[in-house]
Amino acid sequence: MRKRSILARKENLEGYLFILPWIIGFCVFTAGPILFSVFLSFHEWHIFDDMKWIGLGNYKMLFTDPLFYHSLKVTFEYAIINVPLVLIVGLLLALLLYPKVKGTSVFRTIFYIPSIVPVVATATLWIWIYNPEYGLLNFFLEKIGIDGPDWLYSTEWVVPAIAFMGVWTVGPTMIIYLAGLEDIPQVYWDAAKVDGANYWQRLRYITLPLLSPTTFFLFITNLMGALQTFAQAYIMGGGGEGFGAPANASLFYCLYLYEQGWSWFNMGYASALSWILTLIIFVLTLIIFKTSNKWVYYERS
Amino acid sequence: MFPKKLNFDNYKRVLELFPWLTFLKNSAIITFLSTVGIVFSSSLAAFAFATLRFKARDKLFLLVISTMMIPYYTTLIPQYILFSKIGWIDTLKPLWVPAFFGSAYFIFLLRQFFKSIPRELFEAAKIDGCNTFQIFYKIYFPLAKPAIITVIILQFIAAWGDFFGPLIYLQSEEKYTLVLGLNAFRGMYYTSWHYLMAATCMVTIPSLIVFLIGQKRIIGGITITGMKS
Repeated sequence: MRKRSILARKENLEGYLFILPWIIGFCVFTAGPILFSVFLSFHEWHIFDDMKWIGLGNYKMLFTDPLFYHSLKVTFEYAIINVPLVLIVGLLLALLLYPKVKGTSVFRTIFYIPSIVPVVATATLWIWIYNPEYGLLNFFLEKIGIDGPDWLYSTEWVVPAIAFMGVWTVGPTMIIYLAGLEDIPQVYWDAAKVDGANYWQRLRYITLPLLSPTTFFLFITNLMGALQTFAQAYIMGGGGEGFGAPANASLFYCLYLYEQGWSWFNMGYASALSWILTLIIFVLTLIIFKTSNKWVYYERS
Repeated sequence: MFPKKLNFDNYKRVLELFPWLTFLKNSAIITFLSTVGIVFSSSLAAFAFATLRFKARDKLFLLVISTMMIPYYTTLIPQYILFSKIGWIDTLKPLWVPAFFGSAYFIFLLRQFFKSIPRELFEAAKIDGCNTFQIFYKIYFPLAKPAIITVIILQFIAAWGDFFGPLIYLQSEEKYTLVLGLNAFRGMYYTSWHYLMAATCMVTIPSLIVFLIGQKRIIGGITITGMKS
């Protein structure tokens, strides 16, 4: 009995020893920074000078800052186009590539490849595709008699253009949908077939409801990603002309945060911006969770 | 519209125009060290969470999972300030040292795998006189090879293609990674599409090779994270 408790104590200690790197990392790179960033958001500070306590000053300033609202609008416009588009295309590809026919695994690989390409490379390629004069897209649009817009150079089209490009990296979404499809027992489809359901009915009443937990997961993760979009916007705005170009039309929220933090070194203000973003993501996730029982179907219920 | 003949001179010219080899060296250092760090720290923690019994284990694991939900930008500014206070700005260190302190995502991925290894192996090794660390590196680590390879590939691709980290931490050109180099190159030669595409290919090819070697494992790894447990 005594030996047992010594062993248990030893295992206890070893457990902590094994996770020690993570515990240190958690304190230094996660918990510490979170606390410090709350503290910082109540200060005016430019790294090089002294910290000045200004209470809610940053937050007050933020709510009267037109660029804050503008960048939020830009980011949500992007998310509203990008997230549903990626989910729908991901689902369609998964449905197409689900049947185990010869060659589907090759297509799965091909559709996944763009997701592993460094985003700077992807963005560079797409700046060319979207180029109004020499680009591939307007070349093809012209062939079918459409006069393409200026895409990345147009204040109207720059955000949709970056959002459409998101389909290029549909790979992970597709793979997770495929995994979701593989989880659905074949008997359901067979039974529905016997009952005379056609493909659309089976899709509508069996596949989609059974995939809803997967959709739920993907919706949340893709939305979180979309609200944190940075690199594409930074690189592609105005066809690579620079920050938020043209005329701040591509000033995404995280771009604005970067500008405040790293162009002006307003670390306090940037921290306040990061907290608002965190809050928005948190509240949205909560809302999605709360409403999920209306549209997410779990097999046991 | 379309080019007429195949021509490798573009690559030669691009290599002459920019110090790509320096960028390659920096990218390689960051990618290699961060991958080593991630594998080491995450597998240790994952092993403990999967097999050892210690106080508050499940609560701590829940904490690991919940850190995956924290947006990148929440902790970014204090981390930047921390690194600037210890003089690490414009060095490669901020881009690989944190990897030695584990990643929630990979701890989760590896823990799921370690859990599938029968507990009897652990007990048997213990009776044979192995200590816990030996059980880890002689039995669990080799058995988890497929999962470890997944982690290596995913981390390689993430570190290789990272843009934001190098953008804020690296300033002088001799510290640039390939990705930053490509971005700077794009800024200078934005009308020379042939050079730009050649440079883009150079930056992309290593990721592509790593992906093609381990594509089955990546897809398996992505699937695990989408699982409802």
